[in-house]
Amino acid sequence: MAAAGGTGLKAKHQRLILLAVAMVVLIGAAILAIWGLRNQASYFYVPSDIMANRPDPDRAVRLGGMVERGSIRTEADGVTVHFVVQDGKATVPVKFAGIVPSLFVEGSGVVAEGKLGADGTFVADNLLAKHDENYVPRQMQDMTKDDARKVVAETR
Amino acid sequence: MHGFANPARFLRIARWLMPLCMGVGIVLTAVALGWGLFVVPPERLQGETVRILFLHVPAAWLGMAGWMGIAAASFTEVVWRHPLAAIAARACAVPGALFTAICLVTGSLWGRPAWGTWWVWDGRLTSMLVLLFLYFGWLALARASEGVEGGAARAPAIFGLVGAVNIPIIHYSVIWWKVQHQPPSITMGKSAIDGAFLWPLLAATLGFTLIFAGVVLARMRALLASQQAEARLRRKAMAEVEF
Repeated sequence: MAAAGGTGLKAKHQRLILLAVAMVVLIGAAILAIWGLRNQASYFYVPSDIMANRPDPDRAVRLGGMVERGSIRTEADGVTVHFVVQDGKATVPVKFAGIVPSLFVEGSGVVAEGKLGADGTFVADNLLAKHDENYVPRQMQDMTKDDARKVVAETR
Repeated sequence: MHGFANPARFLRIARWLMPLCMGVGIVLTAVALGWGLFVVPPERLQGETVRILFLHVPAAWLGMAGWMGIAAASFTEVVWRHPLAAIAARACAVPGALFTAICLVTGSLWGRPAWGTWWVWDGRLTSMLVLLFLYFGWLALARASEGVEGGAARAPAIFGLVGAVNIPIIHYSVIWWKVQHQPPSITMGKSAIDGAFLWPLLAATLGFTLIFAGVVLARMRALLASQQAEARLRRKAMAEVEF
């Protein structure tokens, strides 16, 4: 291999160093951009975000969190549901009229699109269920989520 | 590394490795998908739709693996000027783009019954769509720089390296940001997926990966053959001009 110029550094080593520096700069720029975006890039607010910084009543926002156990209540009309979304720190009551997705169950994740009413109730006009990372067969469905997780851990 | 720089040696290895990858991959994938589609029990909440998992997860992995292949080949091309690197990158691009598209389509089909929507603009789905567009851009650039000599011929390699920034963004999008998509179920030696789903999933992933490797090797052989044919035609044309 011929040395490049008078430096004694091989051309391929020069290219290696140049590319390594370029990649470090590129990754640094990407990390800065992601850091700057970390609030904007979030798809929803959790209840404690909503409580800390109440959105305007006429501003459409997404609220995400877990459906509190025992909180789902269906009105007499059969389509209007009331439930409470919690993130372990705060809770927000939600009202929704429409067909709920099949994964919408108590203790599971949910993303509600709508507006926070003046009375503190979140009025959702769209409801998305959130699946968690656990995949459990039907036979185990009567167990609580923690028990099921333990069973899954034991089968490994 | 330079042992493989010789295309003749590469072709000797690829001649038996390609059918081996394809054969084992197709058998393993067929068994895993049959197992996943007909044997595995329905999931607790998702029911039968959980079966999409066995196509969705391997497709997502190979969509990202395809670009990692482009990036690794691009790095080798730029630093060591390896004669096979550009061909390897070109061979990865179309299968990578196809698996990315399969991932997006199957995810959308699963999202409608599970989440209640075909599509949301959250961090994971958006970054995966960006990957598909990066593949389209890369393929267009690679085609445009075909037959170009000198530094301009390495434009796709630079694009391949810059585009690789998207891969960690796809992976960590579900951890860094609050998103609609679920967090990773399988992390370093731990799995939140029950064994009933996990084993066919791993088998399908390995099977599709072997098919992917077989397709890449086959495409590399085809690209090398067409390069050689072109060079031969050019020599012939030159010889006719001289005499």
